[in-house]
Amino acid sequence: MHREPRSREFYVLAVFFALFVVFLYGPLSAILVLSFQGPNGGLTFPLNGVSLHWFANLLETQAVGDFGGSFRRSLALGLMVMVVTVLVSLLAGLAFRRKFVGATPLFYLSVASLVVPSIIISLGIGVLFQQLGLQPAWYSSAFGAHLTWTLPFGVLIMFAVFNRFSPAYEEAARDLGATAWQTFLHVVLPMIAPSLIGVGLFGFSLSYDEFARTLMTSGTYNTLPLEIYGMTTNVTTPVLYALGTVTTLFSFLVIVATVGAIVSLNRRRTRA
Amino acid sequence: MVAVTEPATIASKARTRKPVGRMAALAAYLQALPLFLILGAFLLLPLLLIAVVSFWDYDFAAMYPDFVTFNYTETLGSWVTWQTYLNTLKFAVIVWAITLFIGFWVAYFLAFHVRTSSMQTVLFLICTVPFLTSNIIRMISWIPVLGRNGLVNSALVEAGLVSAPVEWLLYSDFAVVLAMVHLYTLFMVTPIFNTLMRIDRALLEAARDAGASSFQVLTNVILPLAKPGMAIGTIFVVTLVMADFSTVQVMSGGQSASVALMMKNQMSLLQYPAAAANAVVLLVLVLLMVAGILRIVDIRKEL
Repeated sequence: MHREPRSREFYVLAVFFALFVVFLYGPLSAILVLSFQGPNGGLTFPLNGVSLHWFANLLETQAVGDFGGSFRRSLALGLMVMVVTVLVSLLAGLAFRRKFVGATPLFYLSVASLVVPSIIISLGIGVLFQQLGLQPAWYSSAFGAHLTWTLPFGVLIMFAVFNRFSPAYEEAARDLGATAWQTFLHVVLPMIAPSLIGVGLFGFSLSYDEFARTLMTSGTYNTLPLEIYGMTTNVTTPVLYALGTVTTLFSFLVIVATVGAIVSLNRRRTRA
Repeated sequence: MVAVTEPATIASKARTRKPVGRMAALAAYLQALPLFLILGAFLLLPLLLIAVVSFWDYDFAAMYPDFVTFNYTETLGSWVTWQTYLNTLKFAVIVWAITLFIGFWVAYFLAFHVRTSSMQTVLFLICTVPFLTSNIIRMISWIPVLGRNGLVNSALVEAGLVSAPVEWLLYSDFAVVLAMVHLYTLFMVTPIFNTLMRIDRALLEAARDAGASSFQVLTNVILPLAKPGMAIGTIFVVTLVMADFSTVQVMSGGQSASVALMMKNQMSLLQYPAAAANAVVLLVLVLLMVAGILRIVDIRKEL
């Protein structure tokens, strides 16, 4: 398509955008480089040699606390939150397509879940478990606390998806004799699958990185972000950066895999 | 074929309409139930309990069911509390203004200056990825940049601009605001980008045909239509800053305060009723702000 040549406004904004991207990624790349600091190097530049010393240090349990255990807990919690977020948001999205008594209050309850300060939720759930005589743990109280953060995102995304979803496809399927379940399974589900994968990515990532809500709800065993938060006050070696590099790379891998899945799904659909 | 099947489907539809309608209504309730149960148990119930506990008595060991108001009078009667609230609001206003400025121009560039939709998606993803990584790591990553021997200071000293490293770059209010802008700008970019993408391009053509300069198009067409996105972004940024304790703690090095940080300190001293009273005040403040913004925008229409 031919359009007018780029204006000066374009170049000014392009530079602004480029600076914004540098602002976003610059500091992250600084700790990426510094995590390869030599054994005698400190928390700042210059690099004092290049080594994998601090990555090796991560694997020694005493050096940084229980990194492996907290990583496994965060991973399991993230997966649990992801599955529940996808299922519950999908069901709620379907429910909101119809009118039912309480739909508006439920919608605003979801919005409230998004705006209530996370530390208040942490405090509330912590006190609730204490009063009920229950032991808080990452798989019970922290699990619920994370859901109050991931579910509103999932519900709002599904709400937006179904706002744009034409009922014509379902009517066509029904006219061809499909049952309600067949219509859902073979017509609706394939069409919203990319959005569901997106909701899953949000659910996992938000949980995997969450710590304000975990603060009073994790019980005896720390999740990874809590472990890192603790390290910020008492660790003064680049092992902190090594941990940051490892978890950030893990997040990147998850994102790349998800985006790849969505792209391949879309490609298969346009080909069919 | 259509002619043959049509009467049959219409007939069967008419016959089954009533029970299907009732079934569908029941289905909607069943589908909404899990969401309601989870939010009820982990949002409504804890909030109610906080409101109750804020009137309880406590000592160093435990809380005692009671109806006392000193948790409120103590916290609201203290000058430190008011200063902390003011400080938190100050962060909220500054961070809001900066993220709105950056967020609008980034979204505007993506929506109106990037020509292909695949390029738009790629650039938007580049902006989104950091949001899906750890906040704490993103905070820590400023330390080697801003620190006393950090990148910025070494560059400044090397260039001869300053004789000694600048001290206020890290562990200061400046660092707190910078880190918050770094963490939260995306919450502004996404909703504004979403609304800008839905502006009918014919409106811009019409404005240009009617003789509007590109500046007039921006101020008279795009900005008014972008308001809902800005409002939603504002809700995100303001509530996130009002709730923040970690950025303030890590980036100010303990020299600045926020309401949530004050709550966190009370919680670590097991003064739950005092923290609960603060929670109620903070929650009312945040909900009032959100309600005010929601008067401008109907979220359900913008999704």
